[in-house]
Amino acid sequence: MTYIAKPKFHHPGLKKNDLGYTHRDYEGKISTLCAGCGHDSITASIIEACYELSIEPHRVAKISGIGCSSKTPDYFLGNSHGFNSVHGRMPSVLTGANLANRDLIYLGVSGDGDSASIGFGQFAHSIRRGVNMTYIVENNGVYGLTKGQFSATADRGSKSKKGVTNTDNAIDLVAIALQLGATFVARSFSGDKTQLVPLIAAAIRHKGASFIDVISPCIAFNNHAGSTKSFDYVREHNDAVNRLDVLVGRDPIAVDYAPGTVQVVEQHDGSKIALRKIDADYDPHDRLGAQTFLAKHAAKGQIVTGLLYVDPDAEDLHAHLNTVETPLNTLEADKLCPGSAVLDKINASLR
Amino acid sequence: MSDKKPLSSVNDFVVRFANVNGSGSASANEMFARAILRHGVPVSPRNIFPSNIQGLPTWYEVRVTEAGHLGARGGVDMMVAMNPQTWDKDVAGIEPGGYLFYDSTKPMPSTKFRDDITVIGVPLTAITNSTYTDPRQRQLFKNIIYLGALSALLEMDPKLIEQLIGEQYKGKEKLLSSNVHALHLGRDWALQNLKCPIGLRVKKSDKVGDRIFIEGNSAAALGAVYGGATVCAWYPITPSSSVAEAFTAHCKKYRHDPETGKAKYAIVQGEDELASIGIVIGASWNGARAFTATSGPGISLMTEFIGLSYFAEIPAVIMNIQRAGPSTGMPTRTQQCDIIACAYASHGDTKHVLLFPEDPAEAFEFAAAAFDLAERLQTTIFLMLDLDIGMNHRLCRPLKWDDSRQYDRGKVMTAEMLEEGRDFGRYLDVDGDGIPYRTYPGTHPTKGSYFTRGTSRDRYARYSEEGTVYADNMQRLVRKFETAQDLVPRPLQANAERPTKYGVIYFGSTSPAMDEAIGLLEARGHQLDRLRIRAFPFHSSVASFLAEHDFVYVVEQNRDSQLRQLIVNENGIDPVRLVPIVHYDGTPITARFIAKAIGDHQDHLKVTPLRKAVS
Repeated sequence: MTYIAKPKFHHPGLKKNDLGYTHRDYEGKISTLCAGCGHDSITASIIEACYELSIEPHRVAKISGIGCSSKTPDYFLGNSHGFNSVHGRMPSVLTGANLANRDLIYLGVSGDGDSASIGFGQFAHSIRRGVNMTYIVENNGVYGLTKGQFSATADRGSKSKKGVTNTDNAIDLVAIALQLGATFVARSFSGDKTQLVPLIAAAIRHKGASFIDVISPCIAFNNHAGSTKSFDYVREHNDAVNRLDVLVGRDPIAVDYAPGTVQVVEQHDGSKIALRKIDADYDPHDRLGAQTFLAKHAAKGQIVTGLLYVDPDAEDLHAHLNTVETPLNTLEADKLCPGSAVLDKINASLR
Repeated sequence: MSDKKPLSSVNDFVVRFANVNGSGSASANEMFARAILRHGVPVSPRNIFPSNIQGLPTWYEVRVTEAGHLGARGGVDMMVAMNPQTWDKDVAGIEPGGYLFYDSTKPMPSTKFRDDITVIGVPLTAITNSTYTDPRQRQLFKNIIYLGALSALLEMDPKLIEQLIGEQYKGKEKLLSSNVHALHLGRDWALQNLKCPIGLRVKKSDKVGDRIFIEGNSAAALGAVYGGATVCAWYPITPSSSVAEAFTAHCKKYRHDPETGKAKYAIVQGEDELASIGIVIGASWNGARAFTATSGPGISLMTEFIGLSYFAEIPAVIMNIQRAGPSTGMPTRTQQCDIIACAYASHGDTKHVLLFPEDPAEAFEFAAAAFDLAERLQTTIFLMLDLDIGMNHRLCRPLKWDDSRQYDRGKVMTAEMLEEGRDFGRYLDVDGDGIPYRTYPGTHPTKGSYFTRGTSRDRYARYSEEGTVYADNMQRLVRKFETAQDLVPRPLQANAERPTKYGVIYFGSTSPAMDEAIGLLEARGHQLDRLRIRAFPFHSSVASFLAEHDFVYVVEQNRDSQLRQLIVNENGIDPVRLVPIVHYDGTPITARFIAKAIGDHQDHLKVTPLRKAVS
């Protein structure tokens, strides 16, 4: 929905990554979201993470559902194929796309209405199947495009802009993702790019179902007093358990951390995550512990953020299905069709 | 009535088995049908089963038909009444002069029989119980024992049945010999105690030829294997589940890499039909051949995605194994009732391609073709089967495949084409056939990417709400649908011996009953030209056929004559000239029904001269 063409020129001294791409090569069209929307910060973080990882932009498939959040794939990675599909159905479309070509990077972008309400089932099942993807929910607790109705992640007792109090219990997507067996689970805040960018980068490098819940305040309909998804509220209640750095091809020892405060996690593809612990007791390899920790802190009104769980040895759906390494979409009749001789035998067995 | 002569017929009769669901009768009954085939005599069997796992009544009907009439006939010449629950109805359903075969271990009051039929009692339970002690064995072997008794009564060659048992239990000697033993227990008892054969007899013939005996669902699944489907997503629903199950079984045999053992396919049982079609759309968008199999309720759930497939132009193959609707309807009964629901599925202006196979052989061919069509036309292709074709073994011509055949992957712009500087507009009609080029995700670092959306967009896939841009795209979609007319299987026409003003249109599983009905109608002096429609959109020959005839009967298996509605709507035809002949009680349509309905209408049309009427 962009009417203004984005200028292509850029500063000649713009930094380039290992592949020789600049930041600008990871950008998309100009956003049509409201000025100050949290979603635009997430878009910027995705651009930053892909730039940092030196991903070839066209090797990403960005898939979304319907809603403000689902529009955002148009605003980053302009050289990637995007698919703004059906409301709540991003997970199934992504699953199918992933089955067709296991070699691309799959970025699923969704919102709280898209994933916690209409698409709650698809969210759950894509996670439990272990689809190799980065599933980002841009969570603002409200339906923006239809002007301010509560979504299923709105906290009980929180107030809408019109002053209505929400009486339904909230769905905590992070808690559900943990329960369903996601192998990379994180929560972050759109207003905290230093935390969010490495989380997205680590999630992309993770082979398995990565889920990131990003609290992303809706500037138009959910940023008032009484909201629990406003900038002010999230800043006041943010309880980060860790901060991380993604180390690709760099020696973690060379990074300067105080002893005992860093935990290095090596993922399947050799990439390393250096976790700087903020909460000394928090163990991101303990699924059950994470669930308890989240529940206890939620009861106190705190929003726990950071890398909450990671299983570095995760397997994905292709491993479960034992599919060939070659992308299925490249196989032709010579590989797929059993041929007439086999058919003659089949015919003979049916007489 | 008591002196009604017992029916006498060689290789032309109907035997119906009344059983209890879950009693293991299905394999014995199927063996009966196969044994007759081995005599060189065509059969047409049908399962009539409830939506239930165990305990409710189930029937298996075998039409023995040397003439090769493979539609349901109607009526029962011999009832094998093994289910006390349905006894009264089963006995009442036997044709006068017919035969009743039952387990005579417990005496039955004479009021439970009829005096115009031949009653044949065999003490099956007594024979079974004196031979076997294990309850499960008793149940299973009882079925083989009645098969043995029937072989004597119908003068079947026991060697042919033994051969079948041998093939079924190859390598399991113990089971093999015990089954053969049970067969002879029944056979010997009948030969010693009953007058064998009865009036109904099976005589060796040579009318089967090289035909094969296969269920439509299995054939369609095999078509998907041959057609290059690599992704299948499905949700269990009767009567379509066996498509996905057969696809799984075929893939396990034919689609593993011989060196690595890895799978050249991915099958996902979705959490519902929404996810199933979503996976299909995602996979097809990304360049794989993907399909789902479902039935009416699943189609209802999938309609939003079907609209996306139409508008965003993403290939998809949906196999719809139709069952009686609306709502949950009759899940285990057959109908052709989703024609309108599929042709115009989803909100807004949409139209979809439908294929109507008549039997398993066409189900195989059309399934394979559906993937070519889906990629060529970049839209959803429905393969419209029904329970009658899908879940019954049907005798049909052998499946054929031409090894030189390549898949038609449609208009796909490659990295090389983009490098050459070809203009890529995702919705640009470069060839005038309404079909644009697409690119697969990940094709080129800087060229050919686009944003797929269900919202309106211009020829270069840029979002637009401009009325002219929207209309331009909608008109192109109409052009594309016109292109489809010449790509889909054409109707097949068969003319009557003499020129006639009357025609009949039919499709799908009605085919064998229609072929047979033509003979019956000719015997009544009615000449009809036939047109079997095999796809929607309709080829121009449908309009010609309508123009050439004063009245055209449209025979179908639904209440509202849906195909007729579609013809009227798409061809702008005067509806009066299209006479609906509908059969929709959930049983397969019969030649008798068609011949009576058309025959009565024809008689009605023929004005009797006044002079003759008053004289």
